[in-house]
Amino acid sequence: MPSFRAKQPAALWVVAILVYAFLYIPLIIVIVFSFNDSKLNAEWVGFTLHWYNALLHNHEMLLAARNSLIIAVSASFLATVLGTMAGLAIHRYKLKVLPVLAFTPVAMPEILLGVSLLLFFLQVLNLTLGMLSIIIAHTTFSIGFVAIIVRARLQGMDESIFEAARDLGATPWQTFRQITLPLIRPAIIAGALMSFTLSIDDFVITFFTKGIGEPILPIQIYTMIKVAVTPEVNAVSTLLMLLTLTLIIIATRFDNSMLGKS
Amino acid sequence: MQTSSRLVKWLISAPPLAFLLIFFAAPSLIMIFTSFRLPGEFGGLAPVHVLPGDTTVDSGLTIETYQFFFSDFIYFEIFLKSFTVAALTTVICIAMAYPLALLIARSEKKFRNLMIMLVVLPFASNFLIRIYAWMIILGPESVLSHMINNVLAVFGIAPVTLLFSPFAVLIGMIYVHLPFMILPLYTNLEKHDPILLDAAQDLGANGWQRFWYVTWPQSLPGIFSGSALVFIPVLGMFAIPDILGGTGDIMIGNLIKDQFLGTRDWPFGSTLSIMLTLAVLGIAGLFSWLAKPLTRIT
Repeated sequence: MPSFRAKQPAALWVVAILVYAFLYIPLIIVIVFSFNDSKLNAEWVGFTLHWYNALLHNHEMLLAARNSLIIAVSASFLATVLGTMAGLAIHRYKLKVLPVLAFTPVAMPEILLGVSLLLFFLQVLNLTLGMLSIIIAHTTFSIGFVAIIVRARLQGMDESIFEAARDLGATPWQTFRQITLPLIRPAIIAGALMSFTLSIDDFVITFFTKGIGEPILPIQIYTMIKVAVTPEVNAVSTLLMLLTLTLIIIATRFDNSMLGKS
Repeated sequence: MQTSSRLVKWLISAPPLAFLLIFFAAPSLIMIFTSFRLPGEFGGLAPVHVLPGDTTVDSGLTIETYQFFFSDFIYFEIFLKSFTVAALTTVICIAMAYPLALLIARSEKKFRNLMIMLVVLPFASNFLIRIYAWMIILGPESVLSHMINNVLAVFGIAPVTLLFSPFAVLIGMIYVHLPFMILPLYTNLEKHDPILLDAAQDLGANGWQRFWYVTWPQSLPGIFSGSALVFIPVLGMFAIPDILGGTGDIMIGNLIKDQFLGTRDWPFGSTLSIMLTLAVLGIAGLFSWLAKPLTRIT
């Protein structure tokens, strides 16, 4: 009887498949061309690992990868600690200021955070832009993401567990260590992986808070795209895709509230 | 107990609050302040002169950059163009996302997560790489360019360049922001009670009528939240016009970027940023106002 539910119109399937193709074909092209034995991204010539090999000998690129890794590890650590606190605090107490401060950077155009931090670092702190300014900037926008994931996890939990712990005479610290923390651990791990991915991928905010000197991965890719496109870009893109995909898949294994984070 | 729970509250909320007050609230205020200053001769800000014996205190504050913004039509034009690109992107994203979100929401439960995962995965890859992919596809040597120009040649039309054009910018914007439309739409559509569709069918509604009178009105909150998530980042985007667009395709974001990293006119860059912020707040307010009365009904 409910035929519309059992079988969807063919037109819907056609559009859906086209949208999936639209999402995937560009990335498949990048991956395929990373193995192409041609200087031009135009047609398939033959298989080669030349561009990966060139990447291994690109000193600047390796340095950029190292720097980006340091930034991502530091920023995701800070953001995970602060974001977990924020998520807990926002869930448990009726706070007015903290939710606004934590969630606005997630929702607003990145360029606004980038330029305001640039002004703040140079004008007020008199800080030389570099790794430190990028770590602070990445932490600022990642706190909100971690807080959202942690809060979503807390919202799905039964409040009576905490009441039971309290009734049994647990101190707030004991309740936190033995009840809350184990329960929200998956969300914390997912948040950490999420903020790591956000940091290593971020271009806009890094672009405004980077100094001169130290190469950073997204900036290096931007320069390669703007100045001279070589298939090396395809190779570094493929490797980076592999890294973030792995992290995202691991993160969703821990906590799939991330899928509905928007 | 009372004091210890207050201590806990303070312990967990103070560190993130302090960090965000310093690195988010303060920089935002600095930006507002900077927009009321004048640029220095070599970038930065003009120094504030206080003459000895002068009783009038010169605060160094002025609304000159705002007057400048409103005096030149070109800035209004760039804002208008950015709004047009954002609106076009949003509408096309709705058209592309709706069928897919509907299909996923009406699929069997065990397939839904996989189908949503397939939407999220490409958007987990680096933002620049996703734009770069379109440089290959739209490039002058690409298969697509050759195909289009061969077809055009049949009709005797001169070849076109796809890359570095408003068209390329629009494609890039849609590509990067499409998942932001699919996810909230799916979240909304998934919650619809199929019993309403059964009822509509029993009352003699055909497929189209069931969609237009039952599904569509219920999905409007999802459309509005998706629209906000697409419209707002597109409005402030600078990287996509920068990489895929030509010299004439600049948007608000590019204008802001130039003030900070090119001409180093911080006060005018701040003024433009504040104008963008106001536009974003207006749009966000509009979409949540549009969605509100609807959520009450459904």
